[in-house]
Amino acid sequence: MIRVNGEEMEWRPGLTVKDILEAKRFVFPMIGVWINDKPVPRDKFEATTVNDGDEVQVIHMISGG
Amino acid sequence: MEKMKLLAEWKYEPKKIERGYAGRTLYVNIGDRSFKEKPVTEDMKEKFVGGRGFGLKLLWDAVKDTTKWNDPENELVISGGPLCGITQYPGSGKCYTVFISPLTEQTYDSNAGGYFGPLLKFSGWDALEVQGKSDRDVILFIDGDNYKVEVYESPFEDINAVTITEALHEYFADSEEDKRNISVASTGKGAETTNWGCLNMSFYDLRRKTPRLKQAGRGGGGTVFRDKKLAAIVVRKRGVGPVSNNPADISVLQRTGLKLHKEIRDLDDQQNKMRKVGTPHLNEIMNEYHLLPVRNYKFGQHPEASKIHSKIFEKLFTQGIPDGCWYGCSMACAKAVDGFELKTGPLKGKKVTVDGPEYETCAGLGSNIGIFDPEWIIEANFYADHYGIDTISLGTGLAFVCECYELGFLNKDITNGLELKFGSKDDLMELIHRMGRGDDKFARIVGLGIHKMKKVFAEKYGAPFDVMEKIGMEGQGIEVSEYVPKESVAQWGGYFLTLKGPQHDEAWLIFMDRVNKQLPTFEDKAEALHYFPNFRLWFSLVGLCKLPWNDIEPADNVIKYKGIEAAKVPEHVQNYVDLFNAVTGKNITKEELIVQSERVYNFQRVFQLRLGKGTRRDHNIPLRAIGPVFPEEWEARAEYYDNELKAAGIDSQGLTTEEKIRKLQEYRLSQWEQLVDAVYKRRGWNKNGIPTVETLKRLGIDYPDVVEVVRKHSKPEDNWEE
Repeated sequence: MIRVNGEEMEWRPGLTVKDILEAKRFVFPMIGVWINDKPVPRDKFEATTVNDGDEVQVIHMISGG
Repeated sequence: MEKMKLLAEWKYEPKKIERGYAGRTLYVNIGDRSFKEKPVTEDMKEKFVGGRGFGLKLLWDAVKDTTKWNDPENELVISGGPLCGITQYPGSGKCYTVFISPLTEQTYDSNAGGYFGPLLKFSGWDALEVQGKSDRDVILFIDGDNYKVEVYESPFEDINAVTITEALHEYFADSEEDKRNISVASTGKGAETTNWGCLNMSFYDLRRKTPRLKQAGRGGGGTVFRDKKLAAIVVRKRGVGPVSNNPADISVLQRTGLKLHKEIRDLDDQQNKMRKVGTPHLNEIMNEYHLLPVRNYKFGQHPEASKIHSKIFEKLFTQGIPDGCWYGCSMACAKAVDGFELKTGPLKGKKVTVDGPEYETCAGLGSNIGIFDPEWIIEANFYADHYGIDTISLGTGLAFVCECYELGFLNKDITNGLELKFGSKDDLMELIHRMGRGDDKFARIVGLGIHKMKKVFAEKYGAPFDVMEKIGMEGQGIEVSEYVPKESVAQWGGYFLTLKGPQHDEAWLIFMDRVNKQLPTFEDKAEALHYFPNFRLWFSLVGLCKLPWNDIEPADNVIKYKGIEAAKVPEHVQNYVDLFNAVTGKNITKEELIVQSERVYNFQRVFQLRLGKGTRRDHNIPLRAIGPVFPEEWEARAEYYDNELKAAGIDSQGLTTEEKIRKLQEYRLSQWEQLVDAVYKRRGWNKNGIPTVETLKRLGIDYPDVVEVVRKHSKPEDNWEE
């Protein structure tokens, strides 16, 4: 199990940041991701896997039109 | 066009712009056709900065406590601000119009792009103040080349925006090239027949060979404009260039501007695609996150939303033409549909250029009224601008009408034959045309705005007022803009704990609060509702557009900064500090930038109080804004809402959907009250939402007349307990 923005989410081996964003339907292009307080560059979302027990924070960089 | 009849003329001395300021403002009484120059004092610059700040200060001095929107002493004050008109940094051509609103009966400010603000300043004026009422339709002309102000009798029978703007660009220009030295402020017949009148500010598009229109849409400024019998205000100034603002340090402007131009060039295609699609990139995003208003905000998502996807609009917008609404804006989000053949209305068959639609128009005149037809939205967008009606107010207002119709509160007898259900494209378009003509009784009632519609529908047609109070999406008399706020407690404040009503120019905190979970406590939400409204207000003081702040961000912004700091886009905040100092020669910090805003924020709050508003009572919120009202809304997301009850510690076992809705409403209303308390405390206001004298002193706006208003309305029982 991992936590994404404070909510529990099922973990599986090989789960990537991109998988998490797709599962959560986080489609906004300007997103910042931190795993255990360490930032993940946007171009590494597909290549970055998360471990069981990780704390993932997904920040949408938007404050309206 | 025949020569216009000159009614009055006034000459003024040329004056050089010094460090972003002309150092004086222009007063015109359009009633007795008198003119005056007023000095801009150092205190005025220090405390009110410019733009909206100047507008509020001048309006404060011009009106009485009892002034109503249609009294002659009400004014339209248009001002850019010290950074307005620089060409080195994107989004620097904004101006702000301040007035007492017909919708809210308190002050309102509304901004527009286009060339009006910069050309006004470079003609020698930091602000234009128009007071009085003319006895006939007139055109006010500020001739910045020959240093004179003229009033002409309007020759126009059709006072709608496109007609007037095209004709006046032609009339006052010596050549095609010269047309871009002119900007026209206009509105239309719909601004006379509704309270939703917008102002159209033009710029001339040399490539398309047509004027383009940018709107100061909200609050009914266009209605005030027509009440004064202004047909147009024209400003002309030739020879504007990169140093017209005479900044203290041009090299900083160039360096800072180049940095942002590069970011936009390199990153916009991966980020928000502002250059290709503009704000409609939000159409599909908002739908994905249940934030796209559908059918009067009942729902936040719809299967047909794919029909208004930004990719569809990208194909409709003319591409490959620079689309900035002021020189040097590489963000270039001012999209247009060229060669659009109108299918209805007085210009049926004519091919026109339509500015937009923006996201708000796609949602307001689309999903919120149950329409998912891009061509219909474009047509409605065109006619709303042409008639001078704000598209956001119109969209939310029509959504309310449609729901009232479907609930049986209205029928064809009342609507004079129109079937105004959600998605009734033909009949809704006909209603817009009737509003534009003003010859239909029901259309006139709709144009009063939701706040007044509720009363008229109840009194005239027996509609249940209590139900309309729940579903009418307005606050302080202003229609809610086009985001579903119900799932974000912080956004309830972003919309409804505002100076002038639920416009999204103060704070948009839905993702930060609800999706990112960055604001867990009421104090966190209150802090965000302190910082972001004040930061965003600053754009309105200096003449800048908000979009280049956070619709583009440095590539490493989310790596270098974490959490809410990243949302502030610190490097862009520093850009603004640098720009302000480079233009004015001052030396403010990012903290002082917030204080500049906080002064004007609190001054405007006291101004509302002076006009009989501005207390806790006026921060009203409809139930539709905080959750479902009818079972179909709950059932559409039943699992989600059941979990919401559970998270609130409410046992929903055995409850009907109606009972669950009531329980959630009770819980959320208690959250609302806690939010209001937390926000008022953080802002330095008392329990009744009135700035304390200590707050005025801290901000240096403890002018005797301001303090007197606060003292008059403050009661000891409204003080916070220690």
